[in-house]
Amino acid sequence: MKPQSLHKLTAALLCLLLSAVPALGGCSKPGAGQGEPITLLNVSYDPTRELYTDVNAAFAKQWEAKHGTKLVIKQSHGGSGKQARAVIDGLDADVVTLALAYDVDMIHDKGQLVPEGWQSRLPNNSSPYTSTIVFVVRKGNAKGIRDWEDLLRPDVAVITPNPKTSGGARWNYLAAWGYALRKNNGDEAKAQEFVSNLFKNVPVLDSGARGATTTFAERGIGDVLIAWENEALLLTDEVGKDKFEIIVPSVSILAEPPVALVDRNVDRKGTRAAAEAYLQFLYSEEGQELAAKHHFRPRSQAAAAKYASHFPTVSLFTIDEVFGGWKQAQKKHFDDGGAFDRLYVPKAQ
Amino acid sequence: MQHSARRRVLPGFGLTMGLSWLYLGLIVLLPLSGLFLKTFTLSWAQFWDTVASPRVLAAYRLSFGAALLAALVNVVFGLLVAWVLVRYRFPGKALVDALVDLPFALPTAVAGLTLTTLYSHNGWYGQYLEALGVKVAFTPLGIVVALTFIGLPFVVRTVQPVLEDIDADVEEAAATLGASPWRTFTHVLLPGVLPALLSGFTLAFARAIGEYGSVVFISGNMPMRTEIAPLLIITRLEQYDYAGATAIAGVMLAVSFALLLAANLIQRWTNRRLEARTG
Repeated sequence: MKPQSLHKLTAALLCLLLSAVPALGGCSKPGAGQGEPITLLNVSYDPTRELYTDVNAAFAKQWEAKHGTKLVIKQSHGGSGKQARAVIDGLDADVVTLALAYDVDMIHDKGQLVPEGWQSRLPNNSSPYTSTIVFVVRKGNAKGIRDWEDLLRPDVAVITPNPKTSGGARWNYLAAWGYALRKNNGDEAKAQEFVSNLFKNVPVLDSGARGATTTFAERGIGDVLIAWENEALLLTDEVGKDKFEIIVPSVSILAEPPVALVDRNVDRKGTRAAAEAYLQFLYSEEGQELAAKHHFRPRSQAAAAKYASHFPTVSLFTIDEVFGGWKQAQKKHFDDGGAFDRLYVPKAQ
Repeated sequence: MQHSARRRVLPGFGLTMGLSWLYLGLIVLLPLSGLFLKTFTLSWAQFWDTVASPRVLAAYRLSFGAALLAALVNVVFGLLVAWVLVRYRFPGKALVDALVDLPFALPTAVAGLTLTTLYSHNGWYGQYLEALGVKVAFTPLGIVVALTFIGLPFVVRTVQPVLEDIDADVEEAAATLGASPWRTFTHVLLPGVLPALLSGFTLAFARAIGEYGSVVFISGNMPMRTEIAPLLIITRLEQYDYAGATAIAGVMLAVSFALLLAANLIQRWTNRRLEARTG
């Protein structure tokens, strides 16, 4: 082996070893000079794959036209919590676009990668698009399911994933809880009883949202699936309108998936300008329209008006109004020993 | 061969032993000590609350119990498969031989999805079993089925070469001396394959304890009933409770290690006993 190639090999091995230590960040080049292509990494959650494929293509085109430099945007998808942990552990994300603000909060708490007030840096709680929680029933709606109350009937089997392992399931749970609170004038005990009865009708507790959808759609288990509206629309669009129907309950939660700049990473890589513009693009009319096309409710009036028939009106409450934000909701409901454990885990035999 | 004059292929004991320790240290010991270090951020009381809560204990019981059952099933049927593969010639033998390794190669999530599809109430097997009153998917039985599936190759592949080494003549000799088939099996065949069978059992058992992908789909994940310990570890991670997750993982690691050590000791002991008897 020539000495030169030996040096290269040693360097490569060192890089490999160093990249195992997240704090050192491996051997990525600091800063991208003028004219060199810029690479952004968007770490997102599962059901946004198609949305960001379109957004990335549109934004890269716009950026290149404006700045004359090439922009490459990479995507990474997975469960929201898992993705947040990967970023905390050193995955080089420039931006995160996750399912719950709690996951970004943890990127601040555990990794110090985003500043404290990250959620107020962008409009609308840093959520450029929203969604809500709806029901999917089998065509014909044989059990006559119309609203949350119907999910408590003894003849109805409900499919929803485990809130302890699935971010989406936490939205489902909080939507039911919020409905029960509104119905019972804020009575917490009654809300707990309501959600407890609902979970008595859950025959299978999948660990993630896609698993629950499979259980319901492919295995034919359960009468109703509680799901994000964008997932429900995707299911009826792709699997077949002749098989499933979407039922919109009278009251539901405003699901606000947040986006955030990962400051520590963009400053180290010198990609702040591009990453900031990328997130701003999501709020532009073009970005809003792409979101609506991919079944997320847009924030902009224009896009909302254009896609009005797509998204039925429903009375929505926010997590801040009813639960005082994600951190409080997580602690009270989903942490070990919290409300979910008390209402759901059967007593030890 | 003369032992004293034998030159070893690899350089001296000191070097090979040192390298072995370095390799094991980097690949096994260092990551595992990292795991335990995370756990040390918990106080003793917190650790105990985490690993000894009724829900976690139920999950341990299920994980280890189902793994044990599955490994036992595999010992019986794996031996049978190995026997058929070694002793008989039949059309499609190469196919069967290749099939045995499939559970190794299959991503566990694929195995889980497939098994759940088959055994759920509208699946190929599930609809008939459920008519008979046997529920497999979303019950502990389903977990045993999944663990049996992923454990099968271990027993077959450890027993197979040993069976090949035992000449069919030995069985014939036993038979001509008037031994019944059962006696031939217990006194001639079984002692020969026992160490391999034990090691296959250990491998299948060890693999099943840590299995995640194939089980989460078929188990239904109901707390206290069908929730496996690896799922609880994921649950902790979803709460950003790294220390709690590693605490549960650490207990699994310790128990698994103790069981593997015991299994290895039993294996060595049977080996020696058999050598003493035959040699």
